[in-house]
Amino acid sequence: MKTMSLCVTVNGESKQWTIAPGDLLLDVLRREGYFGVKRGCEKGECGACTVLVHGKPVNSCLIFAAQVEGGEILTIEGLAQGDTLDPLQEAFLDHGAVQCGFCTPGMILAAKALLDRQPHPTEEQVREALAGNYCRCTGYRKPVEAVLAAAARRKVPTEVAR
Amino acid sequence: MNTTVVGKNLRKVDGFKLVTGGAAFTDDVLLPGMLYGKILPSPYAHARIKRIDTSKAKALPGVHAVLTYKDVPRVPHTTAGQAWPEPSPYDTYLLDSKVRFVGDRVAAVAAESRALAEQALRLIDVDYEVLPAVLDMEAAMDAGAPVIHDEPDSTKIFDREHNIAAHIRREIGNVDDGFREADFIFEREYRTQRQQHCMLEPHVTICWLDGDGRLMIRTSTQVPYHCRRQVAMILQIPVSRVRVIKPRIGGGFGGKQEMLLEDICSALALATRRPVKIEYTREEEFYMARSRHPQILRMKMGVKRDGTVVASHLQVLATTGAYGSHASTVQGNTGSKVLPLYRAPHLRFECDVVYTNTPVAGAFRGYGCPQGFFAQESLADEIAYKLGMDPVEFHRKNAIRLGDVDKLSAQLGEGKEGLPRVIRSCGLPECVKRGAAAIDWDRKRQSLPARAGFVKHGVGMSCTMQGSGIAGIDWAASFLKMNEDGSFFLQVGASDVGAGADTVLAQIAAETLGVSLGKIIVTSGDTDFTPFDTGAYASSTTIISGGAVKKAAEKVRAQVLGVAAKMLAVPVENLACAKDEVFTTTKPRKSVSMAEVALQALYQEKLQIMDGASHYNTDSPPPFCATFAEVAVDTQTGRVRVVHLATAVDPGVAINPMQAEGQVEGAVTQGLGFALSEELMLNHTGWPMNPNFLDYKIFSAKDMPKLTTILVETEEPLGPYGAKSVSEVPINGVAPAIANAIFHAVGVRIRKLPIRPEDMLRALYEQQPELKPEEALVTQ
Repeated sequence: MKTMSLCVTVNGESKQWTIAPGDLLLDVLRREGYFGVKRGCEKGECGACTVLVHGKPVNSCLIFAAQVEGGEILTIEGLAQGDTLDPLQEAFLDHGAVQCGFCTPGMILAAKALLDRQPHPTEEQVREALAGNYCRCTGYRKPVEAVLAAAARRKVPTEVAR
Repeated sequence: MNTTVVGKNLRKVDGFKLVTGGAAFTDDVLLPGMLYGKILPSPYAHARIKRIDTSKAKALPGVHAVLTYKDVPRVPHTTAGQAWPEPSPYDTYLLDSKVRFVGDRVAAVAAESRALAEQALRLIDVDYEVLPAVLDMEAAMDAGAPVIHDEPDSTKIFDREHNIAAHIRREIGNVDDGFREADFIFEREYRTQRQQHCMLEPHVTICWLDGDGRLMIRTSTQVPYHCRRQVAMILQIPVSRVRVIKPRIGGGFGGKQEMLLEDICSALALATRRPVKIEYTREEEFYMARSRHPQILRMKMGVKRDGTVVASHLQVLATTGAYGSHASTVQGNTGSKVLPLYRAPHLRFECDVVYTNTPVAGAFRGYGCPQGFFAQESLADEIAYKLGMDPVEFHRKNAIRLGDVDKLSAQLGEGKEGLPRVIRSCGLPECVKRGAAAIDWDRKRQSLPARAGFVKHGVGMSCTMQGSGIAGIDWAASFLKMNEDGSFFLQVGASDVGAGADTVLAQIAAETLGVSLGKIIVTSGDTDFTPFDTGAYASSTTIISGGAVKKAAEKVRAQVLGVAAKMLAVPVENLACAKDEVFTTTKPRKSVSMAEVALQALYQEKLQIMDGASHYNTDSPPPFCATFAEVAVDTQTGRVRVVHLATAVDPGVAINPMQAEGQVEGAVTQGLGFALSEELMLNHTGWPMNPNFLDYKIFSAKDMPKLTTILVETEEPLGPYGAKSVSEVPINGVAPAIANAIFHAVGVRIRKLPIRPEDMLRALYEQQPELKPEEALVTQ
């Protein structure tokens, strides 16, 4: 099988991996031990495999790994600083927004992408941002509350938003 | 109740690893040399394998095993993860020479990669003798219908010649007399569909042999112990040679109360002596896993002029698909947990569960009750309307109450005679009151239907109940041991499938031992290292496993106090524990920390403080629920939008109210899908038409109505710290509350689920021709 080299930054670390041209980003990340990237449907419908590529949420089952050459990827493993959780992670725990936890990584990353571009979202904007992340456990009320609470907790100055 | 850990909104004990992406789930391991297993699904709904040639597949480099029915033991069994002896028919085989639905197992391969495994499947050459299939449950019992289970070795099938997997008939009082006493008799037919669990983590199993040649099964299951017993039986190896490991589970909802992939994955691991993983794709999950039993329900109720229900008769025709997994028990619940909601003296339940050449049904949250309550609560609303009664008043008059004895449960146990159910706690009246207030019932019942325009609003309600564990059958054990730092290992066979059992059980242990939650380290669901538990189903874990934890913790607390009594030189009865220490309840106050007690025990007394306990109940206390819905029906498009869904639940005492609320909200969301959008559809040859999330629509964050969740806590004498159960009951009332709200909005009764826009529009045309859009446009 033909192989190629892939250079990416994952969670701030430079990586060089040997991949096949047809490898999906989802498969490569899981193969490399990023188990927080979940396989839920492989069709871009459920959002469990969401990662951030250059800060934007992407269904990693829908793109080839080769497409992110030179890119910057954030997976859920890279969100906390050691034992210090991101406010989103804290809020998800405090608000009971985690049940089985399978959709949680994708949902938190989708929420992070939202808060990075819109630090003070409305509930409507949060629901829009999470619309691509199916959850079969929570009914979404607590995850939405958690994102709104995290937004308040992040205390990003409003100037940054503009 | 004065508690410090129980009743508190504490974080999940396993939360940290879930929000940081720590390796937690079945598939979050990479075993050296692991092979990829894949199952060849039948392309026909009903066929015999005349010839199967695997030589080309076996010859493909990288393929390590190809198994057909010729290669494996033939042991009739059920895949239902139920206590032994399972009440479900033994009608299933690891692999068979006959296939009975599109997606049934034909063969299995293990190869170096998924791509190779898929390629190998294509190289298996099969000659099928295609048989006539029966897809329609109403035709399954007909003379001349193809017999799906004509094999002689299957057992416990009620009537195989007529494709009847199970038949139930039970009666309390005399229903015929009851109908004679009634002033009015109402009878209607209702239909429910094939709903799929759609847990985000599809079924996945990894099997390997350890250094001693024992079979290790790491799997997404709700029932590790049943799974171990079943795999051992099917593969004809001793139970002692099998270990089942349940890691974190990405949702189950009943779909994983099933031994589904573990047998075939084990067979491949034994054949190859290599680790093998089988993981369903989402598409396979839709039709090769399990679904909710579709039912046709004929509900008849007799009432007095004043609205008192005197007799109920429910006749159900259900299909279990090609195999009878949970056939008698799910349908038994449709009667036993639904009819007794009303205090009528005369109740009759009759049911046929038939085989069809369709995907297999199984356990699914609610376990037969969502279907039954859709019928009963829809009819109740219709009766109340005809009698000019407020549905709230109808329920107040008829609903089961504190001190009542539900005799139907005694007749409908899990596959055998059950035990009578005594209502020792009942928050239903309060649920109705607070739910009605949340939706502004009194005002909206009066004002809403008058609204002009194409979009009509209405409100509707329903009352439902469930059980908490299976009386006399479900049981659990737990074990606790103390460490030097005053922490405790809690070992439970209970299976946290995402609902938060590990946390709730740790809270019960911590409360009983007088320590903080962080002092309890939970190990759950590993058949080598945790004691027995029947598993996570029937709303049993909090009350049954929790009962076992409380008992074990009480025994361990006694040991702790015994050591502390020596250290403090006071009698044991003058000691108590709280806040991580043991202290005197008499003056002067003296105390030792838990850590000091542990050190004393381990290094001076030479005593490991530890103990275990087993627990079961002889009754299944029902949690209660009142559901109130406000809908907006677009009479031009047929779209039904739920505006507000208020759910008031009596779970007994909520051990962790935040988690209990989460269970309610998750349940009603699945209920919304059941009511409005979800149906796995089959074409005329039995092929699934929508096995993906684009065409099978579950609710997203954007689709959701406003949710109001109300916990009406009562104290259940049979539950640990007064707890009953919470996670199933809220799903039951959503569909009837919505259907009743639709009637309130537009005056049309919908008796078939789901209520998609086209279904709504058709009903509007058929039942209210004056509301046809073009005419409405003119009058607008």
